[in-house]
Amino acid sequence: MSQTPTSPEVETSGPAPFESWGRYPTYSGNVVPLNWQGDFTRAATGLANGALPVGMGRSYGDVCLLKGGNLLLTTGMDRLLDFDPATGLLTAESGITLAQILDFAVPRGFFLPVTPGTKYVTLGGAIANDIHGKNHHVAGTFGSHVTQFGLMRSDGSYKLCSPTENPDWYSATIGGLGLTGLIPWATLRLRPIVSREIDYEGIQFHGIDEFLDLTEKSKHIEYTVSWVDCVSTGRNFARGVFMQGDHSAVPGELKPSPEPKLVFPFDAPGFALNKYTVSAFNTLFFHKQIKPRVTALQDYEPFFYPLDKVLHWNRLYGKSGLLQFQYAIPWESAREGTIAILGAVAKSGLASFLAVLKAFGDVPSPGMMSFPQPGITLALDFPIKPGLSFPLFERLADMTLDFGGRLYPAKDAAMTAAQFQAFYPQWESFARYRDPMLTSSFWERVTGDPATL
Amino acid sequence: MSTQAPALAAHAVPARTIYASKKILVLGATSGIAEATCRVWAAEGASLFLVARNAEKLAAVAADLKVRGAHYVDTAVADLDDTAKHPELLAHAINSLTGIDIAYLAHGVLGDQAAAEADFATAEQILHTNFIAPVSLLTWLANHMVQRKSGVLAVLSSVAGDRGRKSNYVYGSSKAGLSAFLGGLRNRVDREGVTVLTIKPGPVKTAMTSAMKGSEKFADVNAVAKTIAAAVGARKDTLYVPFQWQPIMFFIRNIPESVFKKLNL
Repeated sequence: MSQTPTSPEVETSGPAPFESWGRYPTYSGNVVPLNWQGDFTRAATGLANGALPVGMGRSYGDVCLLKGGNLLLTTGMDRLLDFDPATGLLTAESGITLAQILDFAVPRGFFLPVTPGTKYVTLGGAIANDIHGKNHHVAGTFGSHVTQFGLMRSDGSYKLCSPTENPDWYSATIGGLGLTGLIPWATLRLRPIVSREIDYEGIQFHGIDEFLDLTEKSKHIEYTVSWVDCVSTGRNFARGVFMQGDHSAVPGELKPSPEPKLVFPFDAPGFALNKYTVSAFNTLFFHKQIKPRVTALQDYEPFFYPLDKVLHWNRLYGKSGLLQFQYAIPWESAREGTIAILGAVAKSGLASFLAVLKAFGDVPSPGMMSFPQPGITLALDFPIKPGLSFPLFERLADMTLDFGGRLYPAKDAAMTAAQFQAFYPQWESFARYRDPMLTSSFWERVTGDPATL
Repeated sequence: MSTQAPALAAHAVPARTIYASKKILVLGATSGIAEATCRVWAAEGASLFLVARNAEKLAAVAADLKVRGAHYVDTAVADLDDTAKHPELLAHAINSLTGIDIAYLAHGVLGDQAAAEADFATAEQILHTNFIAPVSLLTWLANHMVQRKSGVLAVLSSVAGDRGRKSNYVYGSSKAGLSAFLGGLRNRVDREGVTVLTIKPGPVKTAMTSAMKGSEKFADVNAVAKTIAAAVGARKDTLYVPFQWQPIMFFIRNIPESVFKKLNL
């Protein structure tokens, strides 16, 4: 018997591996579980080396890491505190995952107001990164649907934050990367549904102009997102599939989702993803949809969370991990910038497995540091290849800056301090709201003295 | 309490036929396994009376179970080490629930083995919390249930009670005593219509261990909770959870002492 049977009372903390989803960089931190709302104040007294509240570790880079510091793990704080079916307002502790919220809400006829491409993120993480989803063009960011939350500071003070109460703290904390304090609980406005099904339509497009045309025509559709081939050049340049859907209006059975069964079992070898395999994948994906237009009634799980079916799919990228790159470029330069950046990616030959293209709408983001802005967003994955990935990344980041865009901290592991400070010139005003005890490897990286770079 | 969400109102759960709401007393309701089990029962519309030491934690658990669909939730803050207060507490709980179908004993401490080796007072404290206090509660509850010829006593023991090991024999012996007590109690009261379920969990991954090395191999607390709730419903006698621990412990119990005493377990 290698493990000691644990009593439910046992409190454990200590050095433990905590990985971000990109598995780059990797730092070991001291994991301190917060299982109750009161644990933060107790933990905050006597912690040296700074701390960072963390959840499921689904952000890609280092916003959820703190080298040599304390990671305050919130996933034990997963309690529901109140639900009003008349308004859809759900109050829960911040460590609850969106998957747990769905398990509760869907059988009661409710759905998340905004969901990212994985349901394995915490409520607190969704607020701290002010995440977005396929309905950004109509619903705005996640934070737009958070009506209020608590904020605990390491000095023991506590604030109720809402658009009307402590509005500056509300705005600093949404998209605040977990640095303004601990969010012990939050209230989220759920939206009603009558069915699990999504009325889905997939449409092939060739080039950015066809994508923009489809975007314009689908303005009224709640969810839109596109997969784009960023390997092909010439005739097939920027070909893709435009995917759109609405919650079905036909009442259906609102049963809970089954538990995921598949786990990607091992780290793939570094050569598994190369330009040939990725190119083959992209061609297959494009032609999986044989007809230029396909309609279907699809369960929300494969529509929103196709990759959640395989837990730990990030192991496909092997031990060296993956880099994400996601920009938002405003409309003025969105077309031009997207063509230029996709061109640079295709030319580089550094395979991108998943490239996701979407138009952001003009619903204002509530967060001071929120990433989304009206225009086009493109998200790419790169397997990390020494000597190649980072120079390309830096070039793409500079191009983003030239086109007036910015990058997404939740997906970043490589932007420079100078780039960050140009993307988010408001960072210095935001820094005034940071809790002196809280920091992250990301924050230390991007607020470092530019002179030392 | 300032840190809780404001305006906690009770709301109706969605349309669901409540046949007969199970009346369940939970002792040690803020422990990870107990809370997870209560979520299963809450979703079934059970009535729950929750007892724990910490008022703040108890309030959070109670709010959660109400939202998840419990028909009725009441709580009492109590230190279960105080056996003199048991009769009053138990009578109050049963009064609040207007009866009792299931008593779930889930309180306990792992304790500090090294400290318990050095100091009898520490060992005595572990034995008191994990063995003496449950005996007090079980004696009262069993007699109450025997009078009514019905009820289930579901008690968290541990695989650690199956054989003493150097790494945690004080904890293990408290659970061994508890398991032996439950075996005898079952032998006495089963024929009176009262079920005694001895639950022996292996290592369980709770939120607090989820980021730890090797914890991927621990059992998921929600899966464990579902298994426990099902075993209570099926009126089982003994439950190893996950089930693999039954053959593992059979093997460990049967290692000859001449070999066992040299092992590092």
